[in-house]
Amino acid sequence: MRAAFVRAVQDAAEKDPRVVLLTGDLGYSVLEPFAERFPDRFFNAGVAEQNMVGMATGLSEAGFIPFVYSIVTFATLRPYEFIRNGPIFHRLPVRIVGVGGGFEYGHAGPTHYGLEDIAVMRAQPGITCIAPADHEQAAAAIRATWALPGPVYYRLGKDDRTTVPGLAGMFAIGRAQQIREGGDLAIVAMGAIASEAAAAAQMLASEGERLSASVLVVASVTPPPVDDLLDVLSKVPLVITVEAHSVNGGVGSLVAEVIAENGLSCRLVRCGVRALLEGPFGGQDFMQRQQGISREAIASTARRAVSSVGP
Amino acid sequence: MTGSVSPRQIRGIVLKQSRRANVGHIGSALSIADIIAALFGGVLRGGGPSDPDRDRFILSKGHAALALYAALSLTGRLSAESLDTFCADNSLLGVHPERGLGGVDFSTGSLGHGLSIGVGAALAARLQGSARRVFVVVSDAECNEGSLWEAVMFAAHHRLGNLVTIVDLNGQQAFGYTADVLSLSPMADRWRAFGWDVHEVDGHDVGALAGALEGLDSGGAPHVIVAKTKFGKGVSFMEGKIKWHYWPVSDDELRLALEEIEEGA
Repeated sequence: MRAAFVRAVQDAAEKDPRVVLLTGDLGYSVLEPFAERFPDRFFNAGVAEQNMVGMATGLSEAGFIPFVYSIVTFATLRPYEFIRNGPIFHRLPVRIVGVGGGFEYGHAGPTHYGLEDIAVMRAQPGITCIAPADHEQAAAAIRATWALPGPVYYRLGKDDRTTVPGLAGMFAIGRAQQIREGGDLAIVAMGAIASEAAAAAQMLASEGERLSASVLVVASVTPPPVDDLLDVLSKVPLVITVEAHSVNGGVGSLVAEVIAENGLSCRLVRCGVRALLEGPFGGQDFMQRQQGISREAIASTARRAVSSVGP
Repeated sequence: MTGSVSPRQIRGIVLKQSRRANVGHIGSALSIADIIAALFGGVLRGGGPSDPDRDRFILSKGHAALALYAALSLTGRLSAESLDTFCADNSLLGVHPERGLGGVDFSTGSLGHGLSIGVGAALAARLQGSARRVFVVVSDAECNEGSLWEAVMFAAHHRLGNLVTIVDLNGQQAFGYTADVLSLSPMADRWRAFGWDVHEVDGHDVGALAGALEGLDSGGAPHVIVAKTKFGKGVSFMEGKIKWHYWPVSDDELRLALEEIEEGA
């Protein structure tokens, strides 16, 4: 999604001189096309994320639309208070861009994982929060949101090749995208892990048990796709949420809120990070298997949950 | 925003409003009364809050907001009735400045935040080809914040000469004296080492402050005025006392304080 991001932002910058791009010294081999096309609107802020967000606040008050770019954890957790007291409190169009949600920086270790960003951003009512599932959806999401009047957070994956089957670059703010229909259960996924969720649904359908799962992709986390969730969750006895994120505060929590606040009878099982991480660590796939969010782990959680819910 | 703004009047408003609302932070506000008087007495240019080319002012040490409210009041941008809502319910005049109040461009109060906003504002002015400048008042203890030095580095690297920081060097912080808590001495040398154009000025000499501020050119390095001040300046029993970071004045203390302010003027 990084290449998709830089293309989308470059397109926006071609149309609108207010668009500027700031990076916290990251983006080697990704951001160069923007920097070369718009040298006067590209700033490497250095390894100084708080100042980068503070500057974006000052720039946007004067009429600019600054994108600030870093790895998820450095884009959100380090400057979190600057994001709240700056663009959120001031209702300014700063775009926080975090790359590499979940375990995408696998071997880099836990300091580089992004497991709480959605929780903390979702706690702020004033910021749109977008977690695309693949690069096509990322491009569509940026096209749909870059000119919004208030702040936006984008949680982007690094992968620019994988596409989620059936998604076809669909995105609409406040909506979820249903990419598969089924009546035994629903799987609701947020972000790049949606490709694993879709693969798990395929496995459930093709194996002996013939479980049919609806699959819903939630990229517009804030505003949340409440109506789309209600529509799907009112028709199934069970929903599995999938996120490369803590189960607290992310899409699992969002779905729990929708179920509880609307009195649905649908049972919820959340797949995501539950415990403080302990070594040994490994690559993205290894970490996703270990944390129960690989396709095999999701399918196996679904089977167990279906048998406990009963026919 | 022209005409004289008297530091004596600022101090009087700070003291009376503090008494009326029974709220502290008096010492910090008295410390910057002369700096605010210089800025609002003619240094800051522009045609009011909706003029895009107005100079931006950021009170990064937001806890001294009473001095700012006093200046807004004395320059006719805040009515007496509004001023009297300081720290009342349903008011925009809190202990720290809040955007939404006319004349306040940015909400502050979280120390170490304001200068980075100022750097962005100065960069914006450069990109837009505007001659407007950005003035940021920080406290000396605020320089404990690492984020402030991030902003200091960026401004120097990009030679944002349209950015002016004023350090209120009063030597005190919330729970002690800066020399004892986390020494920043020598303050001027530190900014100089980071590539700023440094001016050391008596922070209670309005003429000297205004002269230094008026003489800055926007072409080169960013500027810092290291303003040597006295915490609680103008009220003998408050000067240099940590207590007056927190305490509101009693009726008797207010009377004494106002007498001293009048005598000192």
